[in-house]
Amino acid sequence: MSTDTPQKKGLLAKLKRGLFMTHTELISRVGGAIKTKLGPDPRALEALEEALIAADVGPATALELVSAVKAAVKDEAGRKGQEDIDLVKNVLKAEIERRLTASTSPPAVPAGVPKVLLMVGVNGTGKTTTTAKLAARASQSGQTVLLAAADTFRAAAIDQLQVWGDRLGITVIKHRPGADPAAVVHDACTAARNRKADCVFVDTAGRLQTKTNLMEELAKIRRIAGREIPGAPHEVLLVLDAVIGLNGLSQAREFTKSAGVTGLVLTKMDGTAKGGVILAIVRELQIPVKYIGVGETVEDLLDFDARAFAEAVVDG
Amino acid sequence: MFDSLSDRIQRVFKELRGEGHLTEFHVDQALKEIRTALLEADVHLDVVKEFTGTVREKAVGQEVLTALSPAQQVLKVVQAELTSLLGGAAQPLNLKRRPTVVLLVGLQGSGKTTTAAKLALHLKRNLNKQVLLVPADTFRPAATEQLRTLAKENALMCFDPKTETKALNRVRAAVKDAKLFGYDVAIVDTAGRMHVDDELMDEVAEIKSLADPDEILFVADSMTGQDAVNSAKAFSNRLPLTGVILTKTDGDARGGAALSLARVVGKPVKFIGVGEKVKDLEVFHPDRAASRILGLGDVLTLIEKVSQETDRKQALQMAEKLRKNEFTLLDLRDQMRQMRKLGSFSSLLGHLPKVGPLKELSNIDIPEDATKRLEAMIDSMTPAEREDPRIIDGSRKKRIALGSGTTVPEINQLLRQFGTMKKMMKGAPRMRF
Ligand SMILES: Nc1nc2c(ncn2[C@@H]2O[C@H](COP(=O)(O)OP(=O)(O)O)[C@@H](O)[C@H]2O)c(=O)[nH]1
Ligand SMILES: [Mg+2]
Repeated sequence: MSTDTPQKKGLLAKLKRGLFMTHTELISRVGGAIKTKLGPDPRALEALEEALIAADVGPATALELVSAVKAAVKDEAGRKGQEDIDLVKNVLKAEIERRLTASTSPPAVPAGVPKVLLMVGVNGTGKTTTTAKLAARASQSGQTVLLAAADTFRAAAIDQLQVWGDRLGITVIKHRPGADPAAVVHDACTAARNRKADCVFVDTAGRLQTKTNLMEELAKIRRIAGREIPGAPHEVLLVLDAVIGLNGLSQAREFTKSAGVTGLVLTKMDGTAKGGVILAIVRELQIPVKYIGVGETVEDLLDFDARAFAEAVVDG
Repeated sequence: MFDSLSDRIQRVFKELRGEGHLTEFHVDQALKEIRTALLEADVHLDVVKEFTGTVREKAVGQEVLTALSPAQQVLKVVQAELTSLLGGAAQPLNLKRRPTVVLLVGLQGSGKTTTAAKLALHLKRNLNKQVLLVPADTFRPAATEQLRTLAKENALMCFDPKTETKALNRVRAAVKDAKLFGYDVAIVDTAGRMHVDDELMDEVAEIKSLADPDEILFVADSMTGQDAVNSAKAFSNRLPLTGVILTKTDGDARGGAALSLARVVGKPVKFIGVGEKVKDLEVFHPDRAASRILGLGDVLTLIEKVSQETDRKQALQMAEKLRKNEFTLLDLRDQMRQMRKLGSFSSLLGHLPKVGPLKELSNIDIPEDATKRLEAMIDSMTPAEREDPRIIDGSRKKRIALGSGTTVPEINQLLRQFGTMKKMMKGAPRMRF
């Protein structure tokens, strides 16, 4: 979430609208009441816990964050003269940033081969739209890009990607509806090699993480891509809808197991949903959030930055 | 992922033995566990608070019945209360007017287009209605094409918007057609929209005024978290919603959003989507949803689903056999034959509780062509082997493999899976009818 261009500033404003809590909310709910003579005010702490739960961080993470705040308030030496409200905010920011900072990053792409990105996720999260957004970005920065329509299952999914391809002037590699998605990926990889493309974005069908045979299909797509292009897929992005509740964790676990997820995308952050479950996801799986979707046009995509996100979340 | 709620409440009541009433202290302890369980199931915080308050009132001071353990008794209150909050008995659609206009609305990606086709097929098959599908999502690329394809594949009628790009004009013309050609129902698929997008919320309000719908159904993803309340509130402020359809319930989400939605919208959930195929739509049952939110599982739906296409009695027998651990390989073969008609094994098992030992079971997946191979293996066994697979040694395995055109490792796998299945089914809850 760099804030250089005016356009980006506009996007960030879109995102900021009422993240976990607004500044005023935090002050009024947690505010000066955080410390009484008897120690941290339980009512204020409860209000904080509730604000976090309302953001979908889940009861367990909420409790951890509240405990961190409690400990900091009690620690007279550590607070270095900070006002209660500042102290609380700083602790929250630090805790959120720490949880959102992953220890892994995708392996480097071998020199001279097209980069293959695989988009995965459950149904309707915004995979196709995000694929188009990312392809548009790469193409605008001068790269040669291919789109692969590997959602051969959902009705008119190929048409949907083709519409984006037409709008962006990007070639779409596709087969007929119902074709083997691995075959589409095979052809897209071959085409990328032949045309010396810089990157291939593979849009896949939505699938619930509990369907073992469909998850196995992703493993097959991976194998085929890897056979055609060394190290492919180089990135596997799990697209999560911000409205997702705690099932997001189950999604992240299963997709990571079958598809080797290397990064997360949180879409639909232009609404009121906060997607707080990413705190638990990044913490457990150590996979970074890469992008945030804030609308339906190709410009509506932000790079993710844990510090900026934590600040937006706490300062509002 | 979660500890089962009954286990946790059981722990709370460990100490309780010998007391004649449910004490405030113990109920409060149990309610703490219930609060966590509901929050983990994504029920909205305010709804959880209200709910635990009601349960507390009803449970404290109740006499402990001899037939139930105190834990079971609290759970019974919780389950009953949850069921009533979810809307009591399942509610049918209001189809009195001809043509009845049904408007589907919701956020992006909630599943409206698929649901439109599902609903049309349901009305056609089960109620013998003539249905016209109306593509009014002019915004998402290829949304119209998606609805038309689904219609074509399922022999449903879809309004042809030709080159019309305004949703309002499409709806006007389609409703006119529906009257002219005597359709019973017109189902309007609208574009997904954010409840904070004033312009698009105005558009859907206009569509509503024009189409004068009899049903306005809010289509929501069952995996939605706390935000379900915000979007549902905003939609119901702009539109007189008449019900909710919950989609994608075939995953492992506990679906607490159902409770939040029913509470906020004040209208019942009418249907649930249970798979990607157009036939995968079911009537919503509050009692089953309550069990699922609590993580108590839902054996009832499994039974009903099986009995739809088999003999009900036989289904019951098989369920009892499973429970009592008298299930044999022969039963497995018969079941597999039935299941091939019903869809995948895993989608059937998806109705079982996803907590505790049964969680593993639902991960066992048997693809369609594999069921044929399994059948062949079981057919090649002697009656004694089917009765007690423990006697199948190396040489018997070779013979079965030869007879069925399969391999020994495949037979090992079958036996292993069957063993796991039996182990897990032991201790499954008794079937309710
Ligand atoms: N408001 C908003 N809508 C989005 C965003 N990303 C995708 N969508 C919409 O969500 C719906 C489903 O997106 P799609 O890309 O088809 O999802 P897929 O099924 O995962 O491929 C479409 O209506 C998209 O326009 C986003 O960041 N914000
Ligand atoms: Mg798609």
